[in-house]
Amino acid sequence: MRNKYVGKSYPRVDAYEKVTGTATYVTDMFFPGMLYAAVLRSPYPHAKIKKLDVSKARELEGVRAVVTAEDSPYRQGIYLVDRPIFATDRVRYVGEPVAAVAADSWEIAQKALELIEVEYEPLPAVFDPREAMKGEVLIHPDLANYERMPIYNIEPEKNVFHHHKTRKGDIEKGFEEADYIIEGEYYLPQIYHAPLEPHGAIAYYGFDGNLTVWSSAQSPFTLRNLIAHAFKIPRHKVRVIAPYVGGGFGGKAGINMEGIVVALALKVPGKHIKLIYTREEDIMATVVRQGMYAKVKAGVKKDGTIVAWQEEMIFDGGAYAEYGTNVVRAAGYTTPGPYYVPNLKVDSYGVYTNHFVGGAFRGFGHGELHWAVERHMDKIAQELGMDPLELRMKNLLKPGLTNAMGQKIHEHTGDVEACLKKAAELIEYGKKPEQPKDPKKRRGKGIAALVKAPAMPTNAASSVVIKFHEDATVTLQVSIQEIGQGFNTAITQMAADALHIPAEKIKVVFPIDTDANPYEWQTVASRALWTVGNALYRAAEDALNQIKNIASQVLGVAPYNLEVEDDRVYIKYDPETYIPLTDIVMGYTYPDGHAIGGPVIGRGSFVPERLTNLDPETGQGNVAAEWTFGAEAAEVEVDMETGEVKVLKLVGVFDAGRVVNPMVATGQIIGGMVQGMGPALFEQIKYDEKGNPITISFTDYKLPTIADIPEEMIADFVETYEATSAFGVRGIAEHPMISVPPAIAAAIYDAIGVNLNEMPFTPEKILRALKEKENK
Amino acid sequence: MMIKMTINGDVVEVDVKPNETLLDVLRNKLYITGPKEGCGNGECGACTVIYNGKPINSCLVLAPEADGAEILTVEGLTKNGKLHPIQEAFIEENAFQCGFCTPGFIMSTKALLDRKKNPTREDIVEALAGNLCRCTGYQTIIRAVEKAAEKLGVKE
Repeated sequence: MRNKYVGKSYPRVDAYEKVTGTATYVTDMFFPGMLYAAVLRSPYPHAKIKKLDVSKARELEGVRAVVTAEDSPYRQGIYLVDRPIFATDRVRYVGEPVAAVAADSWEIAQKALELIEVEYEPLPAVFDPREAMKGEVLIHPDLANYERMPIYNIEPEKNVFHHHKTRKGDIEKGFEEADYIIEGEYYLPQIYHAPLEPHGAIAYYGFDGNLTVWSSAQSPFTLRNLIAHAFKIPRHKVRVIAPYVGGGFGGKAGINMEGIVVALALKVPGKHIKLIYTREEDIMATVVRQGMYAKVKAGVKKDGTIVAWQEEMIFDGGAYAEYGTNVVRAAGYTTPGPYYVPNLKVDSYGVYTNHFVGGAFRGFGHGELHWAVERHMDKIAQELGMDPLELRMKNLLKPGLTNAMGQKIHEHTGDVEACLKKAAELIEYGKKPEQPKDPKKRRGKGIAALVKAPAMPTNAASSVVIKFHEDATVTLQVSIQEIGQGFNTAITQMAADALHIPAEKIKVVFPIDTDANPYEWQTVASRALWTVGNALYRAAEDALNQIKNIASQVLGVAPYNLEVEDDRVYIKYDPETYIPLTDIVMGYTYPDGHAIGGPVIGRGSFVPERLTNLDPETGQGNVAAEWTFGAEAAEVEVDMETGEVKVLKLVGVFDAGRVVNPMVATGQIIGGMVQGMGPALFEQIKYDEKGNPITISFTDYKLPTIADIPEEMIADFVETYEATSAFGVRGIAEHPMISVPPAIAAAIYDAIGVNLNEMPFTPEKILRALKEKENK
Repeated sequence: MMIKMTINGDVVEVDVKPNETLLDVLRNKLYITGPKEGCGNGECGACTVIYNGKPINSCLVLAPEADGAEILTVEGLTKNGKLHPIQEAFIEENAFQCGFCTPGFIMSTKALLDRKKNPTREDIVEALAGNLCRCTGYQTIIRAVEKAAEKLGVKE
């Protein structure tokens, strides 16, 4: 493989479309005669549907279809099939779809919704997952009968949709060996992805029985699979086309609201039906990040060695499990993060509540687990009177040691120590911050580490097709979605190096079309360059072998004596003797007219190697393919009078393996750190005491703006070559969001000596903590 | 009712309803889809256009009010197939990721630089405070605005 493009800040291939406003998103698509959809939603967090009458809506002029659970009695779900497309006997959260209308205009559709008559009988609701585990209110009485992947462990009488267990070493012996037992509790609320593009989809059902769905989707193939499964349509009759996605962050993975337009389309063949969520609908009725309550008990030696770690994480999964099943599992098997502890007992529970549906969110359980782990590391350091960085360094997961699931860490797994050292250097750890003249304002610094592997099924597959054209240019068919992360650019660079041709001669086929593109599991888990890279490597080898085999016949030399370079294939020991690629890639034609070979099409597939499921009782196994370590640091200024926290500086350092495109990778880190700052300081989905959501607009759900960002943000890398990747790469896209909150919390402690153990760190919480400290 | 607007230099006549917004008319009637709808409430800035010389959220303007208005959208920035220096600067500084908020940021930047040739960081933050971006963390956007100011300054 050449090394010409990988490692360079090659310009983004989606740049021109995006800065000119010509990049097409689903919302920008219009079809002749298109109908507009609208959805009637539950106003109750938990209620029985006593009566549902859509007859008046059906009669309204301009209404073409009205659907309810009666017409579309299907459930969906990626790992646990628990989520009806339309509520059946009961509603389980405010915003749950009850009925949908397709009409000639959006206005008519809205009017039709008003004509639908629903009678509800409110049921007792439960909002705290710890309460829900008592089982007094059962949100899914039929849970035991739902279809599910067998690796998920339900406890139906407790509203638990997955209970993950880690049992490693001997926890009791560990606590006996410890000099100190240190306990703590940590909490974070639900938060919202807030992609700038709300969810949207268009569906078209042809008279030939073929269904096409255009969707703002991170996972076109998994979406196809889930639609086909729910509606019982053969896969080849379902086509998903996914244009640009205006931000995903996990919220557009799998299936979401697409089932609604599909249900409508099936009623009105020959018509395109468009549904674009309003911001309010997007917050209420897509998915959010789960809330979490964690209880930690650690056994520690005098010198800071952690010998036992017991933790219980209880996730507020909301009304349906969605990806939450696997979030709970990933958080369970990764705890205690980047640290080695010989004796472990971890229980992670996904629990149904009558909150919004919890799902995949950038970090996938790791923002949650590291919040508890990193806060508790600080607590241990405080109780031992030890420096928090020194405590971390002492307990790092280093080569030769095993992680929570018993996987051995190798030199090539990555270097968390180097990440921490670099982050410490960049934040000037140990150097006291310069304090402002105003004595009410105090500054401090904090640091935290992290680790994350892709959380995915053991057989999550990728494939790549490389097609050569007459002029030896290439189109690359690959089905990872461009959601802003820069995939299409990075894969172009990698393909150029693998094929030994100029990147300018390669185009990534876009948008993704499941009828034409090769299979890809999903655009999630920060796995794309790793998994697709491996498939690409094989596809490129396949294409190059075809070229060399044809050239070998023409030139009369063995294929291994040939090399491809830019525009030609030449004899290695006689580079002057070559054939232009243009004479080969469609097959070679001799002067007399007879031809050999044929169009060159490279094909490559990949599934992760040697992964196994976890033992259900101990959580031991080999479920993670590669790990990315990182460290983040913050400097903050706290106003002790107002309680306001200003983040002055953020640092993120990640062991990315080989960095494919430093400009794009840096963008991921800076953007991810700011996305991590939001929930640390102010983001939170709030409900009133009756369970009605309050934060359903950008006025009430505050996001970081340009006015909130630190003046200084630094991204940096460690590059430990990843041995399981043909390109030496591993993921970094989700990671920058993970440990920003604990780093900020540590910096607040350094500044004013109070511990914030519940996110977000609002001024009220800061002032309350200061008051408690004073009263002590 | 019929209204007449000048959009990106072209005079356009269009039949609008009293409760329709300018954004609806641009996107759904004229298929000018550069301005995006991110919230419909003037909270995100994705629909920013320049309206009689000022940056506004086009989702907050009722279409009938726009009768006689002069409007510039992101589509009006390219000339003879060439990018505007602001667009070049956004590419060079990697000031976008998913791209959905980008047209709004670019139009807010245009309005700022029309008004102020050498904006300070504070000026930039103030001018772009109404535009939300969930991907970039804003750092490269600030750099892009600074770079665009340089490019435009050099040109003049």
